[in-house]
Amino acid sequence: MIDNSFLTKPVFGLDSTSKSEFFIERLRLLSLHHYKSCNSYKKLLDAINVNPEEISDSSSIPFLPVSLFKQYDLMSIDSDDVIKTMTSSGTTGQQVSKIYLDRNTALLQTKALTKILESFIGSSRLPMIIIDSSSVIKDRSMFSARGAGILGFSIFGRDKVYALDENMELDIEALEFFLKKHIGKKILLFGFTFMIWQHFYKLLKENDYYIDLSKGVLIHGGGWKKLENQSVSQGKFKEEIKAVCGVEEIFDYYGMVEQTGSIYMECEFGHLHASIFSDVIIRRSIDFSVAEIGEEGIIQVLSMIPESYPGHSLLTEDKGILLGEDNCPCQRKGKFFKVTGRIKNAEIRGCSDTYATNFN
Amino acid sequence: MQKLEDVVIPMQPTSISIQLLAGNENYDEIPYLKPLVPFDDTVISFFDELSMILMKHPQGRDFPDVITFGFFIRKANIKRQMKSYTCLRSNVGRGVSFHIAPSNVPINFAFSLAVGLLSGNACIVRVSSKSFPQTDIVSDAISSVLEKSKFSDLKRYISIVRYQRNNEINNFFSSLCDIRVIWGGDNTISELRKSPLPPRSFDITFADRYSFCIIKAEEYLDMQNKKKIAIDFYNDTYLFDQNACSSPRLIYWVGSAKLVSQAKEFFWSFLHEALIDKKYKLQSMTAINKYIASCQSALDYNNVEIPKVLDNLISRIELKNLPADLPERTCGGGSYFEYTDDEPDKLFDIVSRKFQTLTYIGYTNAELNSLFIGKGALGIDRIVPCGKAAEFSLIWDGYDLISHMSRVVSID
Repeated sequence: MIDNSFLTKPVFGLDSTSKSEFFIERLRLLSLHHYKSCNSYKKLLDAINVNPEEISDSSSIPFLPVSLFKQYDLMSIDSDDVIKTMTSSGTTGQQVSKIYLDRNTALLQTKALTKILESFIGSSRLPMIIIDSSSVIKDRSMFSARGAGILGFSIFGRDKVYALDENMELDIEALEFFLKKHIGKKILLFGFTFMIWQHFYKLLKENDYYIDLSKGVLIHGGGWKKLENQSVSQGKFKEEIKAVCGVEEIFDYYGMVEQTGSIYMECEFGHLHASIFSDVIIRRSIDFSVAEIGEEGIIQVLSMIPESYPGHSLLTEDKGILLGEDNCPCQRKGKFFKVTGRIKNAEIRGCSDTYATNFN
Repeated sequence: MQKLEDVVIPMQPTSISIQLLAGNENYDEIPYLKPLVPFDDTVISFFDELSMILMKHPQGRDFPDVITFGFFIRKANIKRQMKSYTCLRSNVGRGVSFHIAPSNVPINFAFSLAVGLLSGNACIVRVSSKSFPQTDIVSDAISSVLEKSKFSDLKRYISIVRYQRNNEINNFFSSLCDIRVIWGGDNTISELRKSPLPPRSFDITFADRYSFCIIKAEEYLDMQNKKKIAIDFYNDTYLFDQNACSSPRLIYWVGSAKLVSQAKEFFWSFLHEALIDKKYKLQSMTAINKYIASCQSALDYNNVEIPKVLDNLISRIELKNLPADLPERTCGGGSYFEYTDDEPDKLFDIVSRKFQTLTYIGYTNAELNSLFIGKGALGIDRIVPCGKAAEFSLIWDGYDLISHMSRVVSID
C-alpha cells in the first residue's frame, strides 16, 4: 500500500539526518493509514486531538500502550485478509497480545529481519540448531511469540535441528548426528534466552557434557526477567554458555511480537541497535518527554513494518537507556541503547483488594 | 454465662501458628466473656491511655496515620461521638467480633478494634500478614496499656493476631464470633465467606466501592481558598494513590460550559501545585497505567477528550455522557473522569449500589441532601465536604457501626 523503497536502503548505513527524512514520512503515512482503516486508532487520535497529517517529527507520533493489543483486537485490514495471528507468550490465564498479519505485513517482517541479520551472520544460509522443541510450532496459523521467533529465524537455516525434544530434554543423539554432519562449518544457533539457560546450558553443565560449537553464532532474545530472578547477568550468561559449548559469537536481541521483524540486535560491543526499519525513543515517566542520552526511561519503539495493525509506535513496559546515535564503535549507524529491565508493578496504597493477591 | 448456640466450636488449629501481637491468647474462652455496654467506661479510659502513648510516640512524626488514630480515640472525641447515641440506653455488645483488616491501609485494624470495643464486643483482630511499622507501634502500645492492673479484665477482650492465609484458622475464629468485620474488598469477602458462621452471626463487609466529587463551578470560582481546596482534594485522593474506596474518581462539574472550563483551569492547576508541594512521587508503572486507562476510555466510549496536560501527575478523561460501567474503571494514581452538565441530576442515572462517598465543593450539605436523600438512589452512603473523604467515623459505608455491632434489648 505504501512505498516500500526503504527496503533497499542500507540497514545500518544511514546517519540520523539521512534516515529521518524517509523514516518520518513513512511513519506519518502509516499513522494516516491506520487512522483511516482502524476505527479504534482513529478514536484514540481524536481523543488526544492529534491530526496524523500534521506529524512532522518522530517524537510526536502518538504511541499506543503495548498492552492495548491484549485487550483489543486492533487491525487495519479486512478480517478476511488475515493470514496469520501471532500471540505473545504468556503464562496460563494471562491475557496475550493478538497481532493480525496480512500477506504484505508478514512479507515486510521477513524482509526486515533478513536485512538486519545479514549484518551479523552474512547472507548465506547456515546449518542451524534451534534450541527449543519442535512442538512449539505445530499450529502454523496461530503463532506464539516463541513459534514466530523460531520460524522467523529459521529462514537463515539450511539444515535445521531442534536441540530439545517434546519434554524439553536435550536430544543428544540428534545433536551429535547434526554436528558430525556439519563438522568444521559455521553454525547458527537460535533460541530464547531463558530456554537456552534452563534447558540447554544447565543440562550440559550438569552432565558435564561438552559439545563443540566453537564455530557457532548464537542469537537469542526474549528478555532477561527470569534470569535476573536467578541472578544471571548478561555477562555471566555469555561466559557460562561459552564454557559449556565454546560458542564465541553471542548476540542478544530486543524485540516483541507486536513489532516482529524490525528487531534490535546487540552488536559486538553489547549495544542494541535500531536499524533503518525502527527507532527507539526513551521517555520520562513524569511527562513522557524525551529523555537525554544516558538517562533511564520508558522505551518507546517505532517500526516501519506494521501495516495490517496499528503497531508502528508503541510504549513498552520496559526501561532503557539511550547510549548514543550514529557513533557506536561497531560502525553501525543509528541509535543504540540498552534495556535495563521491566518496569515493576506499581506499589499501590489504598484500600483496594490486596488480601488475595498477597498470598498468591 | 453466654449460651453458645448449636454450633460445635472447632478445636483451635494447633499445627498452624497464630502469632499474638497483643492481648488474650486464650481464644477458647473469648465466646464466654460477658458482653460490655457500648461506650463502656473502662474501654473509654483504655483508649484514652492508648491515645496518650500514641500521640507522644517518638515515631509519630513518621506515621501521621498513627497520630490520627490517637486523636480519634482520645476521651474528649469519644465523648463527643457518644452524644449522637443517646438512644443506646438498652444496648449491649453482641459478644465476639472477628475483624479481618486489609493489607494496605496499615492503621485500619486499629479503627476496627476501636469500633468493636466501643460497641461492647470482645475483638479478635487479624492484622495483615504484611508487616507495617504502624501495626507494631499500635500493638506494642496496646500491650503496654493492658499490662496495667486496672485493665487486666479488659485484656481478655482483645486479641491482635497475625497469621498467613489459612482457612482452618479463618474457620476457627469465624466459629467463635457473633460479628465478622471484613475489610479489604470483594475478593477478601468471598474468601472469608467460605468459613461458616454460627446461625445468628453476621458479616459486616466493606466491599469495593466507588466515589466521586461534585463541584459547582460558579461557587468554586468565587472561593478564595482554592489552594486549601486543592490540598483537601489531594488528601482525599493522592494520599492513598486514589485507591481508597472513598477517593473520588469522577468529577461531576455543574455549570455552563464557559464557567466550568474556567473552574477546571483553576482547579487542576492548584491541584498540580499541591502535588509539587507535597512532592508526590509518580511511579513509572502508574504513569503507564494511567495512559492505558485514558486509551481504553477513548476506545470504549464515544467522543472522549483527553486534554493535553502539563505532565502525568494528573490524567483527565472528559466524557460526553456517563457510562454505567464507570465504577469498573479504577485505575488510581490520579486518573479522573470528568463530566459537565447544567444540573446535577444526571448523576442519578449511574448511581448504583457500588457508589460510596460523594464529596462536594460549592454546595451545602442541605442542598445535596435534598437532591439525593429520599429520591431513591441505590447508592451513596456518605456525603461529605471535599477533604473529608477518608476521615473515619463510627458511621461508615452506610453502617452505623455501634448500632450494628450491639444488640438492642427491647424493654416494655
